[in-house]
Amino acid sequence: MDNRKNKHIYWNPYFGGFLLGILIIFTFYMTGRGLGATGAMKSTVVATVGTVAPTHAESNTYYSKFLGGDESPLNNWLVFETIGILLGAFISGSLAGRIGLRVQHSPKITSRRRLIFALVGGILFGLGSQIARGCTSGAALSGMAVLSTGGFLTMISIFGSGYIVAYFFRKNWI
Amino acid sequence: MGPLIPNELIPFEWSYIIAMLIGIAFGFILEASGFSSSRKLAGVFYGYDFVVLKVFFTAALVAIIGILYMDYLGYLDFKSLYVHPTYLWGAIIGGVIMGIGFVSGGFCPGTSLCAVAIGKIDAMVFVGGILIGILIFSELYPIFEPIYQGSFYGNLTLMDTFNLNPYWFVFLFTIFAIFAFYIVDLIRKRNKKIFYN
Repeated sequence: MDNRKNKHIYWNPYFGGFLLGILIIFTFYMTGRGLGATGAMKSTVVATVGTVAPTHAESNTYYSKFLGGDESPLNNWLVFETIGILLGAFISGSLAGRIGLRVQHSPKITSRRRLIFALVGGILFGLGSQIARGCTSGAALSGMAVLSTGGFLTMISIFGSGYIVAYFFRKNWI
Repeated sequence: MGPLIPNELIPFEWSYIIAMLIGIAFGFILEASGFSSSRKLAGVFYGYDFVVLKVFFTAALVAIIGILYMDYLGYLDFKSLYVHPTYLWGAIIGGVIMGIGFVSGGFCPGTSLCAVAIGKIDAMVFVGGILIGILIFSELYPIFEPIYQGSFYGNLTLMDTFNLNPYWFVFLFTIFAIFAFYIVDLIRKRNKKIFYN
């Protein structure tokens, strides 16, 4: 029997899940909407392109959806929420002594390989989140909280395809 | 009756402060649950750590039950909540692409932000990737537009789609989740432990 344990001590997952559920209820009670994570990243891209190449952004159907009016696309709810996410995670990591600049990867692969796969994963996630109009937070979790059919579909698709392709990526993780 | 800000029971000026407080709580909960570690998150796909499934389903169920109760007791109007719209093929194709991204990168956007906050360089690269992915989508928008705008069914809930009674659905979903939690613990015990720091 292997009694070694992982060094990090995290919350009990049911406790974390319970608090997260309460937070989702609170968010809907306050704002009528759920949580999100990619929304602020989309605003960042839109604002950057809008500043660097304003005419190009205006002629593009997608950017121009979010560029209307005088307000900067950065000045929205999800951007403030995302700043909060960074702060909250930093506070939690500080209290638990988990802060440190490093690349986390399996000893079987190099950090270079880890970073390449992280980049590819990020690109796919960015692309997929736009097609599905939300990521694991905005579409799947917040969607499920109000029993959205699309939210359930996206959740099933994310985890379903994850399990299907997991075999091909196994060297990176196990 | 809620939602408070859209119903103007709380002045709009407060919304950004509330947004930041909600974000802080969100980030704290995710990080403290271990979601800033890609190796912990990936465990759900290889059967050595099911924290993603446990946190995710517990949160979804607590939220659904709480929202239905508040609606029933008259504190919150379920019908005025924003329901994520159903674009059938967009939801499926986008989800499939995100699933591959999840296994490749080991994060999803929210969890990668938490990992950035505690200094994980792989997460910073992942977030950079997300920005590139969004840029690719936006630049090639005409190609993606048919999937993005097509097969739209409105802001559907499962009650509309399957003519379900929400209370029965939540009850059965809860039983299913408890059963799943039990099964995944059995699976985890049979699998080889994975160690990481």
